[in-house]
Amino acid sequence: MASPNIEIKEHSHGGELPVSKLDVHGSFDVADFPVPNGREEEWRFTPLRRLRGLHQHTEATDGKITVETDAPAEVTVETVGRDDARLGTSFLPTDRVSALAYASFTEATVVTVPKETQASAPVSIKVTGTGQGESYGHILVRAERHSAATVVLEYAGSAVHADNVEFVVEDGAQLTVVSLQDWERDAVQVSHHYTKVGRDARFRSFVVTLGGDLVRLSPKVGYTAPGGDAELYGLYFTGAGQHHEHRSLIDHNVSNTRSRVEYKGALSGEEAHAVWIGDVIIGEGTEGTDSYEHNRNLVLTDGTRVDSVPNLEIFTGEVEGAGHASASGRLDDIHLFYLQSRGIPADEARKLVIRGFFAELINRIEVPELRERIMTEVEEKLALHE
Amino acid sequence: MTKFEIRGLRADVLIGAEERQEILKGVDLTINSGETHAIMGPNGSGKSTLAYAIAGHPKYEITDGEVLLDGENVLEMGVDERARAGLFLAMQYPVEVPGVSMSNFLRSAVTAVRGEAPKLRAFSKELQEAMKGLSIDPSFAARGVNEGFSGGEKKRHEILQLELLKPKVAILDETDSGLDVDALKVVSEGINRARATGEIGVMLITHYTRILNYVKPDFVHVFAHGQVAESGGPELAEVLEAEGYERFVKAGA
Repeated sequence: MASPNIEIKEHSHGGELPVSKLDVHGSFDVADFPVPNGREEEWRFTPLRRLRGLHQHTEATDGKITVETDAPAEVTVETVGRDDARLGTSFLPTDRVSALAYASFTEATVVTVPKETQASAPVSIKVTGTGQGESYGHILVRAERHSAATVVLEYAGSAVHADNVEFVVEDGAQLTVVSLQDWERDAVQVSHHYTKVGRDARFRSFVVTLGGDLVRLSPKVGYTAPGGDAELYGLYFTGAGQHHEHRSLIDHNVSNTRSRVEYKGALSGEEAHAVWIGDVIIGEGTEGTDSYEHNRNLVLTDGTRVDSVPNLEIFTGEVEGAGHASASGRLDDIHLFYLQSRGIPADEARKLVIRGFFAELINRIEVPELRERIMTEVEEKLALHE
Repeated sequence: MTKFEIRGLRADVLIGAEERQEILKGVDLTINSGETHAIMGPNGSGKSTLAYAIAGHPKYEITDGEVLLDGENVLEMGVDERARAGLFLAMQYPVEVPGVSMSNFLRSAVTAVRGEAPKLRAFSKELQEAMKGLSIDPSFAARGVNEGFSGGEKKRHEILQLELLKPKVAILDETDSGLDVDALKVVSEGINRARATGEIGVMLITHYTRILNYVKPDFVHVFAHGQVAESGGPELAEVLEAEGYERFVKAGA
């Protein structure tokens, strides 16, 4: 496992402005990003060969995806073309695949939760891949000021898919997102979640990655005003031969913002590979940032690989709290001993402990059906690898 | 009628991959159902090792001797089999198992030990009553196993498990440590309820005589240097209270 990188630079006056190594300059122009060769910091953990050309864009955009939506009446859901002025206003693509996806999608889904509206039920967006070939998508979710909603984003089927998802959480709004990567075993996905958190707004994200051959998901959070709060939770169960990569970036670019990042995963089987990169930037001149990130991996068998790298860059001396932790290990003998000492057979004790490891996160999802479904799928994967 | 016999038990504590140290140096002790044996002794004498070694804790390895429960050698059983055979260890430091709810854990344990799943409603009632008897707030059933519990709360839950699992032999490892007088009374009452059936043998491991005012022992053994150094009736506890363990610490040191 790689060691954490921490860089602390004091607030400087005059001379060169401190430049973050973590905050890549964005661009909508694909040509601004050279085709990666795998040696770049942001690509070195990703097996490029298995991206099936998604980073090169050599194949024709012939993949087919369907997008189904379901929302309560008070929430607006639209399918719009590339020219819709609301798209692409909250972010700049930060890597080649993101720029390619923005340049290549044909239709976008726009979800609007009107101001001061509390959605009466979760909004569902289901993206289903129907075959091979590259496909590109775009989704914009806007929670207008003082609104509240939960959006469930689900990916299923077979695809080689890249997309950008914009979450705009306006002042005082509360948006919860559950993104479920439940692909068939052969799917490839590269996704970016770009989130802007407004004044006193709250964003909660649950990224649940179970399926696919390769899933690389990069949630990025920035703040537009003080008082914003972002909690990013992640759960993955990486089986034999799967590559699951999660790369979060929290940019505390304004004062008095809070973030929590907690990603937990289990790995089981030969060549199961999980990557977690947790970047946090605490910007120059900001005060009162409260940030903590945490990654835990449960290694269930031999032959797996975990890369877990927290990066923290601080450009100010006025920080409320900033910390990180990363731990990877096997099931705790002492947990198993305790359960077994009460008569519980070894295999059942193992299941209880693994279940418990995930339950801590799953129990925070406020949609009961989803909690049960995710736990059931985790158990199915568990049964597969027992 | 159950007979629990420890014969010539020797055990090592495993320290890291290579290192080990012998802690138990030939322990002999017999406990019949209906009897309570207090095991007293100075810190570091091996009392807790005795408890953990019998239960099958991975940090300890038995090198010689046997532990018989009605003639069956429990050392040949897995940790879970020992519990299902009727052995129970109330731990000095109960383990926190995050994310596993106490109620789910207890139901799994009761199902395993009784050999069949109890009816949900009947079990829920049984659990509520047992918790009430130990002054445990009902909200604890939904919390993770021992997660964030205070020392006293953990001890109450160990005795809760004792009452639900109804073992033939219970080893209580310093159940009194860290309890205030009120908590000590509550916990002692739980132990006495379990003893009232007359069908349980109890090995009560303690450093202090305090708990013996509430849970009256039939026999008292002094444990020192990995062995039973002296045995007697309840009066031995009074001698220890007055004199301390000094002569046992010196002897053989």
